[in-house]
Amino acid sequence: MSTELANAHAAQDAKTLVNDFSIEIGTVNGSGSQTANSVLMRTIFLMGVPVSGKNLFPSNIAGLPTWFQIRANTKGYVARKHRVDLMICMNPETAKEDVLKLSDGAIVIYDEPLKLNTLRDDLIYYPVPFQKLVTASCPEPKLHKLVKNMIYVGVAGQMLGLDMIETKKAITKQLKGKQKAIEINQAAVDAGFAWAAENMPAQSRIKVVADDKTKGNIIIDGNAACALGAMFAGVQVVGWYPITPSSSLVESLIDYADEYRRDEDGKSTVAIVQMEDELASAGMVFGAGWAGARSMTSTSGPGISLMSEFIGLGYFSEIPGVFFNVARTGPSTGLPTRTMQGDIDICAKCSHGDTLHINLYPGNMTECFEFAYESFNLAERFQTPIFVVTDLDLGMQNWMSKPFTYPEGNFDRGKVLGEKELADMKDWGRYKDVDGDGIPYRTLPATPGGKGAYFTRGSGHNAMAQYSEKPEDYVALVDRLRAKYETAKSYVPKPILDDTGSKRGILAFGSSDPAVMEARDVLVDSFQKKTDYLRLRALPFTAEVDAFIKNSDVVYVVEQNRDGQMKALLREFYPQASMKFKSVLHYNGMALDAQTIVDQINAFEK
Amino acid sequence: MTTATPSAPAAPTNRLGLTKQDYVGSKSTLCAGCGHDSITAQLINAAFEMNIEAYKVGKYSGIGCSSKTPAYFFNQAWGFNSVHGRMPSVATGAALANRELVNIGVSGDGDSMSIGIGQLMHMIRRNVPIIYIIEDNGVYGLTKGQFSATADLGSVLKHGTVNELPPIDPCTLALELGCGFVARSFSGDPKQMNAIMKAAMAHNGTCIIDVISPCVTFNNHDSSTKSYKNAKDHDFPLHELGFVQFNELEQVEIPAGESKVVTFPDGSKVSFRTLRDDYDPTDRFGAMKILHEGAEKGEFLTGLLYVDTSKPNIHATTHIVDTPLVHLNQATLKPGKDVLAKCMDELM
Ligand SMILES: Cc1ncc(C[n+]2csc(CCOP(=O)(O)OP(=O)(O)O)c2C)c(N)n1
Ligand code: SF4
Ligand SMILES: [Mg+2]
Repeated sequence: MSTELANAHAAQDAKTLVNDFSIEIGTVNGSGSQTANSVLMRTIFLMGVPVSGKNLFPSNIAGLPTWFQIRANTKGYVARKHRVDLMICMNPETAKEDVLKLSDGAIVIYDEPLKLNTLRDDLIYYPVPFQKLVTASCPEPKLHKLVKNMIYVGVAGQMLGLDMIETKKAITKQLKGKQKAIEINQAAVDAGFAWAAENMPAQSRIKVVADDKTKGNIIIDGNAACALGAMFAGVQVVGWYPITPSSSLVESLIDYADEYRRDEDGKSTVAIVQMEDELASAGMVFGAGWAGARSMTSTSGPGISLMSEFIGLGYFSEIPGVFFNVARTGPSTGLPTRTMQGDIDICAKCSHGDTLHINLYPGNMTECFEFAYESFNLAERFQTPIFVVTDLDLGMQNWMSKPFTYPEGNFDRGKVLGEKELADMKDWGRYKDVDGDGIPYRTLPATPGGKGAYFTRGSGHNAMAQYSEKPEDYVALVDRLRAKYETAKSYVPKPILDDTGSKRGILAFGSSDPAVMEARDVLVDSFQKKTDYLRLRALPFTAEVDAFIKNSDVVYVVEQNRDGQMKALLREFYPQASMKFKSVLHYNGMALDAQTIVDQINAFEK
Repeated sequence: MTTATPSAPAAPTNRLGLTKQDYVGSKSTLCAGCGHDSITAQLINAAFEMNIEAYKVGKYSGIGCSSKTPAYFFNQAWGFNSVHGRMPSVATGAALANRELVNIGVSGDGDSMSIGIGQLMHMIRRNVPIIYIIEDNGVYGLTKGQFSATADLGSVLKHGTVNELPPIDPCTLALELGCGFVARSFSGDPKQMNAIMKAAMAHNGTCIIDVISPCVTFNNHDSSTKSYKNAKDHDFPLHELGFVQFNELEQVEIPAGESKVVTFPDGSKVSFRTLRDDYDPTDRFGAMKILHEGAEKGEFLTGLLYVDTSKPNIHATTHIVDTPLVHLNQATLKPGKDVLAKCMDELM
């Protein structure tokens, strides 16, 4: 014990990090660590301290290493933190590596038999006899493996000064109504806490002190937020095919719809079908959209690749449909359980020929909800596929958020002619640009009155929806589609701008936002560099983007891919500003952290 | 090229007061004599006779000469010429969006048995209510005559290429997948096609109708097994079909005796006057056996091969409301403020 004690004293000398630290927990996939990790994170949250929780999991069901990262930060920085302050090593296979990667001064809680304290002498070690504690606290041997993880919640709780009343609430919440499980888990936490109180030297390196920064907030993942948005948007037909990290989007929707989208007889007001593949999912979306339903699918990169032929059809024949892309690390299977903003290009221009799509880039949980809701309005207004592009980091990780606001107002069902309107019209043509905004009027199958029928095709057609190979008809059609894209500029969410007048611009989008916000503060605090920040929220680029680029001397385009896909799009649409764009890139599968941005911007300005 | 003949001033009307002319489409652009056009003509006749409300029909197709034909019938219906082989998913989406649509899909042997075989199989498995016609000529007509997967072993292309691969039979496949309505016909047998199509219009699930439909341009020579001559020589009808629509039952008597009668959910009846052995169209294993035996002898067995009207369709298995989803209004589709508040509360 004496080295540990000495180390603990050393820790006391160092500055105490109050409500500002990161924890990483190394466990084995499928060992029940998820419950323990959520309880730990939620306890900090319930104590009023802003947190985020990221699950770094393998593409495996059970047995491979998995890590959970908790970031607590009083100022609300919730991006991944480069430095780990407390490491909890529960996985013998990775423990050594986990310890070796730490920065000096970090605290390590580990399973005693692993003897990690011999690896380095610049860390603060706390060995815990987990097996002994589990055996004592849990009478059922077959549950030991699962419950073992709850012990560290108690140990860490004692060490960090967590309020065990909040932990109790978190357990009850996590294990909704399963009384026996609640008792067993609570007993394990208590055992860990009691042991630590009695045997573990105190430390004052990291502490949690009750605050009031999370009051009234929720914790949610982006997939659930998108599912809620779709449910409130009245989605009627869903075709999907499971793929990480998007599956939980439709799975959440299934759960919500099960509860809130049934009629008096218990029958569903939304048809959700697990299709045989993504091609079929896309086909179903367009079949339903064509027939007048609000339809959607959710997928990830490989699925988008498969859907791309259909998406061209939807674009060219003008059929509404919502496509959620929860991006993962590609190409190919890539790193299927890691994050990337790697599908910017494919979603902007999905399919062959000239195609340009409306894309929405939610940057937080509220926007996941609101943009999901809005995407259905846009799809029907513009009669075209809409992409809602998130990624694994937004979609599957745990984020704190203000509760969502109810979307008031009516659905925008777009330009649809019914029997009455048709009766009053002389010469309706499916693809005529009557209003000069590029958006034609459509009719829905089975509209009575004998006037609205038309033929939808992916081949060339004229304004009257007749087959045509005439050069002038083709040009008129694709030029009108381009005009429609222009019209979309006044409908899509505008970017969020923080203009400090520095002329040093940062342009980012989606899950990069928390890291960018933190990086901007670091740039000011440590390097006296002010930046202007434009957070892009949609394609097409709007007038605000034009102005931002014009007003900046340099625009750092922050994105999570290798090739600077967004920068390439910007260069295409703003060729005159081509040299202003500088790429700040991050693409190793991990979530973006502030340090990466700071370092790269500083490197440009050396 | 065949579309319905223009109606004379006193053209007969059906129960809806529509003439046959009300069921035609644009002028066909297929080769003169193409089998596909005869199928179009029978669809028009059957729909007219069955009093189908054309505006409630959704017409779907993939890509191919066959897939062009939805433009040639039912001008008053909405049509959707989609992508090659993937029409089944489009029809599935439309059928779910509006369960009152009468769905008619037209495909080819290339469209359905190669690029689209996966979607076809899953559509059958889900029992999407649709009349799905495979206009089967053993070749890819539109891309100028390559073999399709229904080409018989040993059949020869115009330029002498011999097919060395065994065919996939759409009917055997559909039976295997539990399809509740499996039929085969020949575009040169309008009477049988008509009876099968009318029965299909009464069915409330997936109907797979494989129609041998010679391609006169690329596959109608004597060494082709899907030529007019070969089909005529080897067409063995299983039974004589009589179809009687529900509301005509009182006037027409269903033949008794050696015939078997199957009733559809709407009350319509189809009678089978057996020609071969004791063929029973409700016996799935019997149907499989006779199909395999026929294939070995090089025969096209035609007729309604199998029918089961009791299988739940996709509307039942998705548990959707009885009202077409597209008719639901915002008040029904958008949960209230209280629901959001409850959802938020659970996440705090
Ligand atoms: C993805 C894709 N691949 C290839 C084609 C080219 N193509 C068009 S029709 C066709 C075959 C059609 O054959 P079939 O379905 O038998 O129709 P038929 O013309 O014989 O009636 C092919 C391969 C295409 N349209 N789309
Ligand atoms: S090529 Fe063959 S299938 Fe195509 S239209 Fe001509 S005859 Fe018919
Ligand atoms: Mg063919």
